[in-house]
Order: sequence, then C-alpha cells, then structure tokens
Amino acid sequence: MKIKKFLLILLLSNLNIGHVFSLEPDVFVQSTVNRASEILSKNISKEEKIDGLKDIAKETVDIQGVGYYSLGSFRKNLDKNQKKTYFDLFEDYFLKSFSSRLSEYTNPKIKVQGKKILNKNYTMVNSLLIATSERPEIKIDWRIYTKNPNNPLIRDLIIEGLSLARTQKEEFASILSSNDNDINVLFKTLVEFSNN
Amino acid sequence: MLKKLTIIIFTTFLLSVSANAGSDGKLELNKSPSIEKKTKDCFEKLNRATFAFNQGLDKVLIKPIAEGYRNLPQPIQKGTGNAAKNLSNLITIPNNVLQGDVKTAIINTGRFVLNTTVGLLGTIDVANKMGFPKYEKEDYGQTLGAWGFGPGCYIVLPVLGPSTIRDTGGSFANVFGGDPFYNASIHGNNEFLSEGVFITTKAINGIDFRANNIESFENLEKNSLDFYASVKSLYLQDRENKIKNNTRGKIDVIYSDEGDWEEIND
Repeated sequence: MKIKKFLLILLLSNLNIGHVFSLEPDVFVQSTVNRASEILSKNISKEEKIDGLKDIAKETVDIQGVGYYSLGSFRKNLDKNQKKTYFDLFEDYFLKSFSSRLSEYTNPKIKVQGKKILNKNYTMVNSLLIATSERPEIKIDWRIYTKNPNNPLIRDLIIEGLSLARTQKEEFASILSSNDNDINVLFKTLVEFSNN
Repeated sequence: MLKKLTIIIFTTFLLSVSANAGSDGKLELNKSPSIEKKTKDCFEKLNRATFAFNQGLDKVLIKPIAEGYRNLPQPIQKGTGNAAKNLSNLITIPNNVLQGDVKTAIINTGRFVLNTTVGLLGTIDVANKMGFPKYEKEDYGQTLGAWGFGPGCYIVLPVLGPSTIRDTGGSFANVFGGDPFYNASIHGNNEFLSEGVFITTKAINGIDFRANNIESFENLEKNSLDFYASVKSLYLQDRENKIKNNTRGKIDVIYSDEGDWEEIND
C-alpha cells in the first residue's frame, strides 16, 4: 500500500514538474529576441556582440537538425567520420553566418504576435520587426521544434515568407551539384567561410 | 524595334525587381498548384555568367546611383517611390480582374484615382492614410501562375536579373496593350508623355528598389557560400508566395520536401 502511494506521489510529482518547466513557444521566442536585443543594444564591440549572439544561438537553435536538413538526401551518403566533420564545420559556419547577419542591427524591436500549433513537433510563432525611419516593418515567423516541450528549439526563420533553412539547403545543393557531389568541396567552402 | 526592345527590358526590370517566380521546368498547366516541382536551372552556366556580369554592372553603375539617390532628401525619395508605386496600379488592376479578384480591382482603382488627384500624381499615398487595405502588386507573370502555368526554366536576364520563362513572357503583355501607362506614353497623342518619360519612370522604380535594399544585398552576399544560389532560391520563394498571395510563411510552399525534416525528427 505504502509503495503504491509512494509511486503515485512520484508520478504526480513528475507530471507537475513537466508542467512547470514546459516552455510555450511564443514565450520562448519573445525571451530569445529580448536576450538578443539586449546584447545588440549594449555599448560593446561588434566582436563581443557576435560572441553573445553565438551563445544564444547555441542554446536556442537546433543546429544539428538544421545541418541535417541543409544537406538534404545527400546526408544518407555520408559515413560516420564525414558526418562528424560536417557537423563541426557546419556549426562554425552557422554560428558565424547567423551572428554576422544579426549583428548589423542595433536595438531591434521584435513583437511576438501569436502562434499556431502545426502538430506535436512544430509550432509556428509569428512576430514583427518593428519599423524604423530607415526600414519598413518586417514579418518574421519562427518554426519551433517542440518535440521536447521543455526544450523548444528554433529550426527555421521565415522572413517575409522566405525561409532561411530552405535557402541554405538550396545553396548547399547547388555547391554539391556544381562539383560532382563531392562533399569535400562543401567542407572546403565551409572552412573558407569560417576562416575569412 | 530597338526602342520597343529597350522598353521591354525596362518593363521586365520593373517586374523582376518588384516581383518573382517558382516551379518546374516545363511551361505547362500544373495539376496540383499547391505542390509545385522544383524549378529547373536549364541554363545554369549561362545564368551564372550573366549573374556575374550583372554584379559587375551593379558595382560600377547601379549601386553608386542608388547610393546617390539615398542622399536625396527623404521627402523626395518617399514621393518618388510613391509615384512609381502608384503607376504600378495600372498593371495591377487588370491583373486583379484577370485573377477574378474584382473587389481588389475596384479598391485599387479607387486608390489610383485618389492618389493621382488628391495625392499630387501619386507622390503622396493618400489612400494609405485613409486606411485602404495594404497594396499588393500584381503582374501578368503572377496571373499566368495563378492560372496554373508553371514557371518554366529559371533564367537570369542581362541587367534585369532573375526571372523565369513564364514571367519574362508575362512581361511582354505590358507592351502589347497590357500597360495603360505604356500605351499612353508610346502611342498616346499628348504633350506630357513620351518614351523618355516611360523609360525614366521605370528606371527610377528600379533605382528606388535598389536603394531600399543596399544593406540587405550586402548582408546576403557577405553571408552566402554561393550568392547565385541564394538569390535564385529567394527569388523563386518570393515569386511562389506572391502567386499564392501568401504574406506569411506557408509550410506546404516552403518545405515542398517536408520529408527531409520528418527523418530528422526521429
């Protein structure tokens, strides 16, 4: 009887903990953009801003998932070592590219407008980059991977209907198809980008 | 003939910088418009060479002009942009009708009349201030897409940039009676409009677009591994969205190969 009671309490406690720590995708996005905005508005060097943005990206973006997707069906051709090499290179490339794009903005104000649950794995969060005197407002949608509701991750940014993940995938496909599908050429291109 | 060609080029430029395309390599009716096949790059080598030429031209001519344009006082830039946008109604309205959207055609007609008169030849967007719905440009390429025609091969036009067979074909409609401003400028018997005015208007429209996107293009080029492929992807995505009147990301449009994500979920 005591054991049953103990197990029941344990089960209920776990359910409760799960509930407390699950993070709503829209709250997650707003929190992420607030963190990025705080870094971008700080009076620090561009390099420090980039480092701060990289830290945020490491925590909030499913870099491995995006990396897999970017390779398309070609990923099936890679052996274990090639996969490891690819992910190391891809992470460096992604973080540099991502933070470099964002670091151009100073104090961007993004307002989360709503969300749409697509299925158990995905929620689309709609947001708006508020207009300034220099640029119009920009619609940004965030595709959030919610398979683990306690740890939502960004899988794509869709800016005015244009998907960054799809663009990156088509870019990689173009590099591979122009070079006889030689993965080493893609590796070399990623290295060159990261070192420049 | 040369004049006509020049005008076609400028008209296409207007379309190519303000619009875009998407899908399979054959100019044919799509059986399933919601799932378009990948657009083929049938002339990739030639396209890449033309792209490199356009980049060079942009660096030495178009970008410097666009930067100079940006130094003009803000009200002049705004007024010029508004006037060019107002004129585009003359192509948008017939395309609204051709796509069966009579309501929007009526709204855009009201917008054009109001902005051209009260808004001093379109330099002031009075309709916007009065709360008219947001203006969305339409063109003959979009209408062909809405009717179910696939884009045909992706092509890069000299000076004009990215396009597709369908959209280049669609732009010819402008010079065959589809653009009232062209008709009035070239064939109209009046002292205010001429070929020069028409071409200048289209050129200003292109410069206005370039000036508004200097940083975006720089950023994209700087962060691309293959700039040609990035521009192509963005162009085709944008065109696909415009044909389907999507202002937000639609999953079925963006991830036509959703299966690639599904495997990663496991």
